Amino acid sequence: MNSLLTIFLGMVLINNFILSKFLGLCPFFGVSKKLSNAISMGTAVTLVMVIASIATSVIYNYILVPYKVEFMNIIIYILVIAALVQIVEIVIKRTNITLYNALGIYLPLITTNCAVLGVTLINAQNNYTLVQSIISALGGGLGFTLILIIMSAIREKNELADTPKSMRGLPIAFIIASLLSLAFMGFNGLL
Amino acid sequence: MIETEEKFSAKKFWRELAKGIVLTNPVFVLVLGLCPTLAVTTSVNNALGMGAGVIFVLLGSNIIISLIRKITPNMVRIPVFIVVIAAFVTILSLLFEAYLPPLYESLGIYLPLIVVNCIILGRAEVFASKNPVLLSMADGIGVGLGFTVSLIIISFLREVLGTGSLVIFGKKLFAIPVLSQSPLSIFIMPPGAFIVIALLMALFRLLGVLKNE
Repeated sequence: MNSLLTIFLGMVLINNFILSKFLGLCPFFGVSKKLSNAISMGTAVTLVMVIASIATSVIYNYILVPYKVEFMNIIIYILVIAALVQIVEIVIKRTNITLYNALGIYLPLITTNCAVLGVTLINAQNNYTLVQSIISALGGGLGFTLILIIMSAIREKNELADTPKSMRGLPIAFIIASLLSLAFMGFNGLL
Repeated sequence: MIETEEKFSAKKFWRELAKGIVLTNPVFVLVLGLCPTLAVTTSVNNALGMGAGVIFVLLGSNIIISLIRKITPNMVRIPVFIVVIAAFVTILSLLFEAYLPPLYESLGIYLPLIVVNCIILGRAEVFASKNPVLLSMADGIGVGLGFTVSLIIISFLREVLGTGSLVIFGKKLFAIPVLSQSPLSIFIMPPGAFIVIALLMALFRLLGVLKNE
């Protein structure tokens, strides 16, 4: 049952990063106020997640495991991710200035996004191969983007609603997230 | 002279400690470190483990960063902070794996994810890199305790509502008769986490609004 499709659907719908694993919540609540920002952030996170998964999967399978130093993975992963974010930022700036302007400040913020470190740790924990890691990162990133887009669309409408004073802003956003999470629990029986 | 200076710093020590727990409570007031807050609060046991872990890492990293604050070049300070924090998280993770395997299992990937907990890097950047060692220790303990208290409040509500009983270190403290037979298990599932934190946040704000008026 550990086929690529299972991993992909599992990451997008069932073990959704935001709604069931609670990873990447800070950017989720910070960025999900406007639809356009949500799309930029989602793209940036997906991109970095896939690249980081490739790099860390190679390092894990070909360096850490053969030399039996798996316990060093936390330090190495966080350094690899920080370096990768810098490189991706430079490359995008040189090659595609429109994309760079659209992603703007979100790229550097991704270093401390737990979703990126989370996906690399999940890959290591499940002993995924390189291809499986890429699929799981892609699924995780797309799932993250999907929820970010749904959430921002709901919050744009919610701005117009008359919310009780103490519920305005973050508390009502959490309630919306809770209802979304409840809806996504319906996918549990899918696989 | 020396005596008054000591008194002064002791007073400051307690002030920093109290500030971290109440005024700048990392979870309800600053809304930092959300991921572990929601993920590990399914039981009070997990919350205590996570809280202890965060206090350990925060205290350790604050001490080291405060000690090296004068020799760290400004340009590379963030990578240095991250490596120090990651080293302490690795130590913590190995300690938990060796001495508390059940807790290590139930915290899962959220234990290594302490590295990217914004509270810890935030304290390193805002406080420990600018203040002497003792004050940084107070700040670390205070903020760590504030975080732990928030985790305990959330996990207490979730465990009691979601299972109808309270189990700490394998001992059943109490069970509510009707609730434990048909518990509101939604509260230990992900949606329950969002609802509990939303209501607690609204409550903190309501109290703040009432106090101001």
